[in-house]
Amino acid sequence: MSLDADAVKKIAYLARLKIDEADVPGYVNNLSNIIDLVEQMSAVDTEGVLPMSHPMDAVQRLREDKVTETNQREIFQAIAPKTEDGLYLVPQVIE
Amino acid sequence: MSDYHKKTIAELSALLQAGEVSSVELTQYFLDRIKSHDEKLNSFITVTDELALNAAKEADEKIKNGDAGPLTGVPIAHKDIFCTEGVRTSCGSKMLDNFISPYDATVVTKMKAAGVVMLGKTNMDEFAMGSSNETSYYGAVKNPWDTDTVPGGSSGGSASAVGARLAPAATGTDTGGSIRQPASMCGITGIKPTYGRVSRFGMIAFASSLDQAGPMAQSAEDCALLLNAMAGFDERDSTCIDKEVPDYTADLDKPLAGLRIGLPKEYFGEGLNAEVEKVIRGALGEYKKLGAELIDIELPNSGLSVPVYYVVAPAECSANLSRFDGVRYGYRCENPVDLMDLYTRSRGEGFGAEVKRRIMIGTYALSSGYYDAYYLKSQQLRHKISDDFKDAFEKVDVIMGPTAPDTAFKIGEKSDDPISMYLSDIYTIAVNLAGLPGMSVPAGFVNGMPVGLQITGNYFKESQLLNVAHQYQKNTDWHRAIPEDFS
Amino acid sequence: MSYDSNWEVVIGLEIHCQLATKSKIFSGSSTAYGAEPNTQANAVDLAMPGVLPVFNKEALRLAVKFGLAVDAEIGMRSVFDRKNYFYPDSPKAYQITQMDHPIVGVGHMDIELENGETKRIGITRAHLEEDAGKSMHGAYHGMTGIDLNRAGTPLIEIVSEPDMSSAKEAVAYMRKIHSLVRYIEISDGNMQEGSFRCDANVSVRPKGQKELGTRAELKNINSFRFVEKAINIEIERQIDVIEDGGKVVQETRLYDADKNETRSMRSKEEANDYRYFPDPDLLPVVIDEAYVEAIRKELPELPEQKKQRYIKEFDLSSYDADVITSSRELADYFETVNAKCGDAKLAANWVTGELAARLNKEEIEITDSKVDAEAYAGLLLRIKDNTISGKIAKDVFEAMWQGEGSADEVIESKGLKQITDSSAIEAMVDEVIANNTNQFEELKGGKDKMMGFFVGQVMKASGGKANPGQVNQIMRKRLDA
Repeated sequence: MSLDADAVKKIAYLARLKIDEADVPGYVNNLSNIIDLVEQMSAVDTEGVLPMSHPMDAVQRLREDKVTETNQREIFQAIAPKTEDGLYLVPQVIE
Repeated sequence: MSDYHKKTIAELSALLQAGEVSSVELTQYFLDRIKSHDEKLNSFITVTDELALNAAKEADEKIKNGDAGPLTGVPIAHKDIFCTEGVRTSCGSKMLDNFISPYDATVVTKMKAAGVVMLGKTNMDEFAMGSSNETSYYGAVKNPWDTDTVPGGSSGGSASAVGARLAPAATGTDTGGSIRQPASMCGITGIKPTYGRVSRFGMIAFASSLDQAGPMAQSAEDCALLLNAMAGFDERDSTCIDKEVPDYTADLDKPLAGLRIGLPKEYFGEGLNAEVEKVIRGALGEYKKLGAELIDIELPNSGLSVPVYYVVAPAECSANLSRFDGVRYGYRCENPVDLMDLYTRSRGEGFGAEVKRRIMIGTYALSSGYYDAYYLKSQQLRHKISDDFKDAFEKVDVIMGPTAPDTAFKIGEKSDDPISMYLSDIYTIAVNLAGLPGMSVPAGFVNGMPVGLQITGNYFKESQLLNVAHQYQKNTDWHRAIPEDFS
Repeated sequence: MSYDSNWEVVIGLEIHCQLATKSKIFSGSSTAYGAEPNTQANAVDLAMPGVLPVFNKEALRLAVKFGLAVDAEIGMRSVFDRKNYFYPDSPKAYQITQMDHPIVGVGHMDIELENGETKRIGITRAHLEEDAGKSMHGAYHGMTGIDLNRAGTPLIEIVSEPDMSSAKEAVAYMRKIHSLVRYIEISDGNMQEGSFRCDANVSVRPKGQKELGTRAELKNINSFRFVEKAINIEIERQIDVIEDGGKVVQETRLYDADKNETRSMRSKEEANDYRYFPDPDLLPVVIDEAYVEAIRKELPELPEQKKQRYIKEFDLSSYDADVITSSRELADYFETVNAKCGDAKLAANWVTGELAARLNKEEIEITDSKVDAEAYAGLLLRIKDNTISGKIAKDVFEAMWQGEGSADEVIESKGLKQITDSSAIEAMVDEVIANNTNQFEELKGGKDKMMGFFVGQVMKASGGKANPGQVNQIMRKRLDA
């Protein structure tokens, strides 16, 4: 097992995913197997190989600095779980 | 009653233009087919009867007024990954079960502009993560050739619907094989264009550097017609390439004499079902007859494409799916006690197991201390895999092989074993990592189940791929086969 | 500061400066301040499914302009990364920023110390990024309200080297950067609206110790006054912790201006693993020399260049030149006054003196001055040609400020014209001497102090209008007689 239960819980927390205690062993097993699969990469020497984060060697296009959007709050908030006075509401954030 | 479902889009288009059938009639015909047959397949999440008939009426007007294009009035289905204004866009997830999109994806806008009628939204693996269409919140989709088997995934609903001719064609997306593998398993033709050819705007992101939309249809000719409408620059997508779109039907009839076909030895090795190989060899024989030359090549790093993919795609998806947090739209858990509870339960309850697995793998691969070993390494290998193709295309025009190592497997057979599931995409994934265009074309059957031939081309060579596929289809009938229960 | 000199303070600043674009960095929403909540948050800003970012041309130009103004390396190929963290004001749950390849590399900014020396503060980098939304705490039945209008507003984060050794230096540096961004017109620098704010990394170490102490990061301080207070209070806190045998913890702290204290923000600290990686929705931003040079040509005279020119050209003191060039508008004001009145020293004195004091008192900017540069020059001309004395000029200025008209109009209507007619002044002097014979004898006897008394009396008799120089002269004449 390349991952243990604590590691899985830590990852789930970082990703903000609630995992039932009963499901943890299943995730430990599956994720460990996937990590083992991924580990095959280490067999190949990549010294000096440039990382490729994009399939195409293209550069970023630039947008003109123009306001093209109008207020659509009503439309967007019609599908929101909880709003009031135009604000999205979430449980109290404590800073 | 005419057998409209046995006709390709090219044929239906001719009937529409000639006034032999109206778009409303055609649309109703397919809506009826969906109603009577989809219970067996579960290929649709949402059927949009009313919208479809309204759009069909408009299309008929256009045809009457003489301002119709080749796709005007043709009904198709959209994978439920494309945002459709005013229509639920679920991405196969409980997370978006209540999401009525306020806007259209560019693909949808372009299809609308071409006069295409949307029949509904097809089922899919949740957030396009899967190879069997079993991870959908809306239940597994079945393969029309054998309803005990999977249709492949993630565009399984589109493949199943087109395979059963519940829709003449459908849109799909392909991140690691999600158009080609289900097309192969359902006996239809599908093309994943070059990365950047089709806009990703409004297409719910799985892995941004891999995702690409494409058509799934009955023939290469239909794919060409649909791609003509789908492809093109979109200023709302930074990764969409500003390059002229050719008429993809223009080269369909070019002869293939002298075509150099590369056969990677890695695609014909261990793991490939011998019967599948026989079918593929048969197809290659057909190409030889058409004047093509078969050349053995190597893609030395392709064996690592699955491990590389399972870092790249999860890493990107782990961030792409962070926006689903229960705050602005989508699923929100009941009575969250605090912010953390809101996040973890909304996401924990809203996502299915496979999505959670991939988010966690991606989170792990990017986390401090592991970035170099996993993420960076995967990017470097991606470069090597991509370079293999570059070298190959110095010697050959297209690359061929099986789309998948086997025909469709039984529902449930691999659902507890992610790794064996992942390996069903072993031949398709490298193409996404490199960003190349790829197709799957029906090439025969093994035990009554379809087998797909994968054709991969160089960047922006979609015309050539479609030509190569079309010439094969002019000389074979595999693509016209319809499963008995749906004939 | 109350801490003793056994401690050395190390401060680095991260300044977040909003770029003056019309639309957001990755979307076409307006960046205008003060709109109703969420009316300037479109699908991209809200991170709706399937939407994608497209980079704003102007944000790039402004960032490069900044880089050139601080003499920095420009990133010819910069890359956007995703910084992952969940927070309700961050709709994608990642911020698009630049990690390994920022648009602006190593540069510097010189500050003026209190002892008149100049100190060079290193700039490590400046990168482009998007701002977050705003959380409204407390209201709404104990829930927090989220306004995403600000989400996606373009920022540059200017990261300094830990080169500052006191709160005063930190403020001086921040003021310099603030003045610069307004000079080169890349930001309105409005601190009330949050367009310019900073995080301060503060640590202390015993004098002579080589390695740095553990630092605390003070978040989101949005005024010069608070920066100074927050840093000083944090320095005291850290010294207290160490002197009490404790250890400073590396953490994020919030400055509470009401209580004048800093406190730990543990909520932001939890699981601080941002998992940066290149944003696959955006491609590398590649620029060439021609692009950079074109922007270099647009650069106005920078504050430092202007200051040196004033010292050389107008013979101003370093202090005056520094004050006048602290903002482009003030410098423009000065130059207009100077051009019209033709006396740079007089212009400098009056701009840094009476005018600056007045602006300060009313807490307004030079652009809101009730007396414009032309009018102010008109006043100085009357001092220069002896129509009024400096003292009277202050009264005239006051009247002008109250909107009573131009300098000439005020002088005319109030009859403040200086009396320069010698015979008139002589008559007044003689009268004063006649009325104060005893005092005059004392003055004659060598009590020089009495000179002031006589001049004062004459000035009083003239209603302040007699030319003081002439009064003096005539008194001397009478003494010598």
